[in-house]
Parts: sequence; C-alpha cells; structure tokens
Amino acid sequence: MPGELFAFEFLRNAALASLLASIACGIIGSYVVVKKIGFISGGIAHTAFGGIGLGYYLGVNPLFGVIPFSLGAAIAIGLLSRKAKVAEDTAIGAFWAVGMATGVILIGLTPGYAPNLFSYLFGNILTVPTGDLWMISILDLSIAALSWLFSKEFLAISFDEEYAEVSGVKTTFFYLLLLCLIALTVVILMRVVGIVLVIALLTIPAAIARLFSRSIGGMMLLASLLSALFCLAGLWVSYILDLASGATIIVLAGSAFLLVHAGRHLISFARGR
Amino acid sequence: MIREVIRCEQLTVEIEGVPILKNLSFSVSKGDFLAIVGPNGGGKTTLLRVLLGLQKPSSGTVSVFGGDPGHTPGRIGYVPQRLFFDRDFPLSVKDVVLMGRIALKSPFQHYSKIDREAVGEALKIVGLSSLGNRRIGALSGGELQRALIARALAGKPELLLLDEPTASVDPEMKTTIYDLLDHLGKTMTILLVTHDTGTVSRFVSRVLCLNCGMVQREPPSAIPGGHVVEKVYPYPVDLLVHHPADDATATKNP
Repeated sequence: MPGELFAFEFLRNAALASLLASIACGIIGSYVVVKKIGFISGGIAHTAFGGIGLGYYLGVNPLFGVIPFSLGAAIAIGLLSRKAKVAEDTAIGAFWAVGMATGVILIGLTPGYAPNLFSYLFGNILTVPTGDLWMISILDLSIAALSWLFSKEFLAISFDEEYAEVSGVKTTFFYLLLLCLIALTVVILMRVVGIVLVIALLTIPAAIARLFSRSIGGMMLLASLLSALFCLAGLWVSYILDLASGATIIVLAGSAFLLVHAGRHLISFARGR
Repeated sequence: MIREVIRCEQLTVEIEGVPILKNLSFSVSKGDFLAIVGPNGGGKTTLLRVLLGLQKPSSGTVSVFGGDPGHTPGRIGYVPQRLFFDRDFPLSVKDVVLMGRIALKSPFQHYSKIDREAVGEALKIVGLSSLGNRRIGALSGGELQRALIARALAGKPELLLLDEPTASVDPEMKTTIYDLLDHLGKTMTILLVTHDTGTVSRFVSRVLCLNCGMVQREPPSAIPGGHVVEKVYPYPVDLLVHHPADDATATKNP
C-alpha cells in the first residue's frame, strides 16, 4: 500500500472508515449469510433511502434521518414478514420500493439542489468527514457489543430457529434485534459503498469466509479481514485509476468471490480425476 | 411414584380450517415410553408441536408438567424429524449439541465449562465422542440424527420428544438408535413419533394411534390414559397395546 494514501486527511479518513466499516461488516455479514437474509438486508438498505430524503427535507445531516428510518424499516419488515399473512418476499419488495419512492418525493419537495445525493446511493468514501468517523465508531462498538452479549441467541436462531423457540428463546425479539443491527451496519456501509451496493459488501466477504471457517467466530474474523482488504484495495485502485471508489470495491470483491468459487471447482475437478 | 407428565383432554387442532386432531384425550405418566403411530397426515407432528407450545390448540386442554405447553423448556428435549440447514454452516458437532443447553441459560450468560462437560457426556451417550470437532455438515444421516439426540440430551431433560428419528437412516443405524432409546427410556419419559410399529412394539410401553377420521367416528376415550386405537392403519395394530413384560408375544416384524 503506497504511503501517499495516508498523506492526505481525506485519504486517511477513507482508510479509517474502511477499516471501521469492515468490523461491522464481518460480524453482521456472517449472520446475514448463514441465516440467508440477504434479500431482507437489501430491503432494509433501500428503504433507508427514504431516511436520506427525510434528512434533506428537514435540513439535517442525512445520517440522522437514515438511522431512525432504517431501524423502523427493519422492525416493520421483520414484523410484517413474521406476523401478517404476507409472503416475506412480497413484504420486502413493497418496502424496498416504497422506501425509495418516499426518498425521491422528499428530495423533490426540498427546495434547491440536493448535494451528495449520488454519494449516498453509490458511496463516496473520499468525502467522509472526521465527525462521521466518530459516529461510525460508536455504531461499530454497539454492534460488536450486542453481538457478543447475545452471541448464543443469534447463533441459535440462525442455525435452527424452531429449536431455539422450543428452548424458550424469544426468537421474534432476537430476530428483530438482528435486523436492527443489520440496519445500523447498512448505515455504516452506506458511507463506504452506498445504499445500492451495500448488499454486496455485506454478503461477499462473509460468503467467502464461510468456505474456510470452522466456527462462526472465525468466520466473522475472516470476513472482517476480507472486507478490509477489498475496501483498502478498492480505494487504492480507484485512486490510481480515478474510478468511483464504492463501485471499484464491489467489483474487486465480486471478482474475488468468482475466483474463489472457480478455484474450488477446479480443485475438486482435479481431485476427481 | 407415578406422576403425570402430559395430559390432553378433548384436544382439537385445526390449521386454517382443516381439522388435524379431533377430541384427543390421553395422558402420559412419568417413565412411560409412548409411541405415536398413524398414517401420514394423521397429526403426529402436530401433536408434538402442541406439546412443545409451537401450535395452539383450537379447543380442549393440554398440560405439560402441570402447566401450559411451552413454559418448561428446560425439562423437555426435542429431536425434530429433519433438520434443514446449510451444509456449509461453520459449526462443529459440539457447537450444535451445546445449543441444547440454551434453555438453561439466561440471555446474558455465555456457555460455561459445565455446559461443555454436559455436551461431552451427551456425545458419549449417543456414541459420537470422536466426531465432536467435525463440521456438522460433514455428518452422515445417522450421525446427524444421533447428534440431534445428543443436543436434546445435553439439557438433561425429563421428557424426550422425538419426531421420526429413524426416517432417514439405514436399517443398521435404526437398530442403533432404537437400542439407544431403549436405554434412555429407563431414566426418562419418552414420546416417539414413528412409522416402525413392528420394531418399537418390542420396547415401548404404550402406543397411541392417531387418525383423525377414526376419532371422528368413535367417541373419544374419556378415561385418562385410555388408548385410542383402531384398525385403520396398514400395520399390525393388534399388537399395539402391550407392556414390555409380554415381550415374547409381541416380537413380530412387519
């Protein structure tokens, strides 16, 4: 990694944001992958766009609009898919689109031009101010602490929810709590890769890590390291080649994912001969 | 000491308007080994779900350990019929069995040394001690089934509920599992949902045959502990009610 990345404050902040985001990404991404709730996470992320619109409309930092909005979306999607007689993918799809539509309407109602809108959709890690780094750190800490406190419950509902329920675990409560942690992770990752690309960074490092891990803790650690690697490498490549940083990170991660799977197939093919 | 573990009176369950169980009355005493048989769709799994508190009865009363179902998780061990899970789930056999201890822990507690010792004992009982560190997805059908039994045993339950534990295993493994249950039956109350009427009749103390249509036609047994049996099942139902003491007359295979 060239030293010039750290020579400028904006690059230093970008690198720090990448590392901080990777912690939440590895922990929560692992649950998203093993519990197979990638689509629900995508729904929460896109619904959060309504929160961006709300922030613009109220004239506050859009992050203050996004946090309550995405938490609300997580609980609403979770409850709707559990309690109401609505198919889960229908509920998610509806929220996904309505959340984005709300954002578009609120931004339209806001007088003047909406600056940085594109960066919330596709991320622009080069514009992370120091204040946001503190916010990301606090969110990281909350996510890590809650995940550690309730690790056995989250693992139980991820592996066999019915058994957890029979064992007296409040499964709906922990499921909603997990969705809320996903919502907070989305808020963090939004700074790095943007709402539209969040889902890839949440799932790809964890999906690769799963192939090489023997425990959920190991998977989280490896997923965090991979996420940091993709973010920093993507940041560097995007800086050198003058590309969009968020998109470069995702393309790198996606390529690594394909390579790992292709490699596994080649190995098993070679062994089979 | 004979104590009642389960008591169902006039239990009726309807799921989305379809009657699954109708006016079922029976009771299970401490130390019983009860097999629940019946055709597919006869409500066997539904009955287990009611006893576990996962399914609300439409009418009638059910009590487990003297209270509502689902309120005594630590005293019940449950072995589901088939666990659909991700084969790539990064979890060892020990980790899965450890989850059988969760009912005994409060939300903020992590698993302790005592929990890990209980896991070791449970794995020993089912004969999987050597596979404790193996990934759960790498187990064969029979090994997985025994791992799930170990998970249920890890919490040291008084009542064991099993849903067709031998449905997906080869005949040899079936014998191993039944020998294991026979052994466990000496220390705990067991409810076993099964299709293997011939095999289980050797060691179970009672059999409950569930068939919705049959119960509809006949008045339900009003006596607690009464056996609801009728010859609507394509197995030798005449063998069904017996005690282990008459073993000699009951060893007839299907």
